[in-house]
Amino acid sequence: MTPALQGLVTIFIGVGGCIAYFYFSNQFLDRVLFPARGVNAGRNINRANMIRPWLFLAPALIALGLYLAYPVFATLWYSVTDRSQNDAFVGLANYQQMMSEPKFWEAMRNNMLWLIIVPAASTCFGLLAAQLTDRLSWGAFAKSLIFMPMAISFVGAAVIFKLVYDTRPIGTNQIGVLNAIWLQFDGGIGSVLMLRAVPVLLLGGVSAVLLYSLWVILRGFFEQKLRIDLKSLLRVLWCAFAIYAVTVCAQLGWGALCGDYPYGQPQTWLTIPGWNSIFLMIVLIWIQTGFAMVILSAALRGIPEETIEAAIVDGANPFQVFFKIKMPQISGTIVVVWTTITLVVLKVFDIVFAMTNGQWETQVLANYMFDKLFRANDWGVGSASAMVIMLLVSPILIWNVNNARKEMR
Amino acid sequence: MDNIAGSKSSLNWVVQISVVLLVALWLFPTVGLLVSSFRTTDQISGSGWWQAMFTQERNDTLRAADPDDEGVQQLIDGQYVISGNLFEDDAKAKISVWGTSSRAIDVYSPGEIAELKDGETITVSANGDYTQTSPVEMTGRGQRVFVTATSPPEFTFDNYKTVLTGGYSDGGMTKAFFNTLTVTIPATIIPIVIAAFAAYALAWMEFPGRALLIAVIVGLLVVPLQLALIPLLRLHLGIGIGKGYLGVWLAHTGFGLPLAIYLLRNYMVGLPRDIIENAKVDGATDFQIFTKIILPLSFPALASFAIFQFLWTWNDLLVAKVFLIDASGQTTVMTNQIVELLGTRGGNWEILSTAAFVSIAVPLLVFFMMQKYLVRGLLAGSVK
Repeated sequence: MTPALQGLVTIFIGVGGCIAYFYFSNQFLDRVLFPARGVNAGRNINRANMIRPWLFLAPALIALGLYLAYPVFATLWYSVTDRSQNDAFVGLANYQQMMSEPKFWEAMRNNMLWLIIVPAASTCFGLLAAQLTDRLSWGAFAKSLIFMPMAISFVGAAVIFKLVYDTRPIGTNQIGVLNAIWLQFDGGIGSVLMLRAVPVLLLGGVSAVLLYSLWVILRGFFEQKLRIDLKSLLRVLWCAFAIYAVTVCAQLGWGALCGDYPYGQPQTWLTIPGWNSIFLMIVLIWIQTGFAMVILSAALRGIPEETIEAAIVDGANPFQVFFKIKMPQISGTIVVVWTTITLVVLKVFDIVFAMTNGQWETQVLANYMFDKLFRANDWGVGSASAMVIMLLVSPILIWNVNNARKEMR
Repeated sequence: MDNIAGSKSSLNWVVQISVVLLVALWLFPTVGLLVSSFRTTDQISGSGWWQAMFTQERNDTLRAADPDDEGVQQLIDGQYVISGNLFEDDAKAKISVWGTSSRAIDVYSPGEIAELKDGETITVSANGDYTQTSPVEMTGRGQRVFVTATSPPEFTFDNYKTVLTGGYSDGGMTKAFFNTLTVTIPATIIPIVIAAFAAYALAWMEFPGRALLIAVIVGLLVVPLQLALIPLLRLHLGIGIGKGYLGVWLAHTGFGLPLAIYLLRNYMVGLPRDIIENAKVDGATDFQIFTKIILPLSFPALASFAIFQFLWTWNDLLVAKVFLIDASGQTTVMTNQIVELLGTRGGNWEILSTAAFVSIAVPLLVFFMMQKYLVRGLLAGSVK
C-alpha cells in the first residue's frame, strides 16, 4: 500500500472512527445504560448528563495525557537514570555531566542572548511596522508582505538567508548581498560614517535609554522607603541587567570606534564567533516580526479614539501620542507578544540545525539536546537538557495559567 | 487620527517612504531566492541575483581543442587548421576583448588575428568561434585564450525540472513533496475532529473539574515538544509503531491538540446561548446540537486552526526527523531533504533555491488565500 493511500485510509479511519465513537457512545449512554424512559427516567437523564462530558473529552484527554503530560514526567525520570546501566537511578549525575561540558554553557549563553535580542527586536520592528502602516491606504498590503515570512518554514528561511550570507573567493563577483555590500566599504569617509559613527550613535542611544531607566529607578529607591517585595526585586534585577548591558554597549562601541575592519575581504559571516549568532537571530527576527505586527496592529486599532483625539487637541505631537497615549494602552499586548516570541526562541532548533549545526560557537539548547539524543545517543544528558528548557519555560507557563484562571472567574 | 489637527504632510511622506523601505527589506531575501531559482548555474555564480536583469561581464580562461586529439587538425591549403567554439554550454555569451597571455588579456578585439610562436595564428570571433592555423602540424596542449565575455540575462525552468524529476539524487523533491503531503493532511484533520468535541464539552457542558481542565490545557500549550521526544519515541518503539507515518500523525495530533482545544473553546464560548438552549428545549441531544449547530457556526475557528496546523506540520523538521524518517530514507520530507542538500550541495544554488522554493510555495499559497483566518486565529490564540 502506498503511503498516500495509507494516508487516505488513515483520514477515513481516524475521522470516521472519531465520529463513530462519539455517535455510538452517546447512543449507548442514552439508550442502553441510562434510558430516558421508565420509572427512573429523570434520574437516568441526570446520570447520563454527568457522564456525557467525559465521553466528549475522552479522546482528547487520552491524547494530551499520553503525548504531553506523560512525557514531562518521563523525561524527568530519564534525566535521573542511566540507560547504559539498565535505567538505574543515578541522581543528578546526568546534570553534573552536562554542567561540566563547555558546549552546554555555550548553548546557555547563546540562548540567553537569543532570549534578549530576538523578542526585543521582533517586538520593536513589529510595533514600528504596525504604527507606520496603521493609517496607510495600502497598509493592509504592506502588512501582508511583512507577515509573509510566517508561512515560510525555518528551514526555508535558513536557505534564504544562507544565500544572503553567501561568500565567494576574493576577486570574483559576490552573490551574497551582505558581502556585496561589505565590499562597497573601502575605508573611506563613507565607511567611517556607516561602520563607525552609526553603530556608536546607536549603541550610545541604547545606553542612554538604559542609563535613564537606571536613574529613574534609583531615584525612586532613594525617595521612597525601601520595601522588600516582588516589584523592587524586579527593579533590582533590571538595574543589574541595565548595568551589564551598558558595559556591553560600551565595549562594542569602543570596538566599532577603534577596531580594524578587514576592508575589501569577503567575510564568511557564519563562522565569525559572536557575530554569527546575531546573523542566525536575524532569521528568526525576520520571521517573528510579522507575528508581532499583526497582534500589535490589532491592539492599536482597539485603542479608543477619544483618548487620542483628546491628546491631539491638547497639543501632543505624533511622537507624544505614540509614546504617552498609545504605548501605555497596549502594554498588556506587548507583554503577550514578548512572551509568545520568547517561547518560540526557547524551542528554536531548525534554524541553527540547518545553518551552522551549532558549529563556530552558535550552539543553542534545543540543538544541543538533539545532538545529545540522536548523535551522541546519550538519553540521560539529552533529557537533562530538555528539563532545562522546561525549567526556562515554566515561569511563562505559570503566568499563563494564572491569567487564564483569573479570566474565567 | 494622527493627521487631523496639526498634521504635517512631510511626516506623511516620511511614513510612506519608511514603509516602502521596510517592506522592501522584508521582501528582499525571499525575492532573491525566487529569482535565483530561475537562473542558470553560470548566471548564478557569475553575478548577484539583483543583477539578474543586466548583462554580466566575466573574465574566463578557455582552451581551444587539443591538437593531439584524433581528427582535430585538418589540412586545408597546406595549413593545419583547428576550429571550433570556445564556449561549450553558454551559447549566448559574447566576447568583447580577448588575449592569449595572462598578462595581456585584452589586447585583441573579436575578429583580429593573434600571432603565436612558430608562425601559428589564432583568431576568435565574438560568439566564441575560433580558428587556429599553423604551417606545421601542431603539438602540445590546446591554446589558452583569455576572454572577457558578456552574457545576456538568461532565465530557465530547467532547475525546476531537475529538482522535481530528481535529476540530482534518488527520488528527488517530488517524492518528498508527496511524503510531506501524506504527513500533513491527516495530521491536520484528525486533531480538529478530536478537539472540536472536547472544546464543546469544555464550553457548554457543566461538570466538576472543568475550570481545572482548561487551566491544564493552557499550561500544556507552552510545554516544549523537545520534552516529548525521548519518551514518545521509546513508547512508539515499545508498542511496535516504530518510525513511520502512523507515529508522526499521532505525534502531530498530540502536539496540536492544546492549541486546537484552546482556540475552539474560546470561540464556542462566544456563541449565543439562546440558540443552544432553544435547541435543547426542542429536544435535541448534545450530539445533535454539536453536529448541527456548533460545528457549522464554528467554521472560522476551525479554519484558523486548520491553517495553523497545516503550516506547522508542513514546515516541521524536528517531529519528522524523530518520528518518521528511518534509516532507509524512503519517508523523507521536504524540510529534511533541503537540510541534506545544504550539507551535500551547499554551493549549488540553482538546486538549493529551487528545492527551497518548491517547499515554501504551498504554504505561501495557503497563506495568501486564507490570511484572514490566520490573523483571526493568531489574535484569538495568543494567550491574554
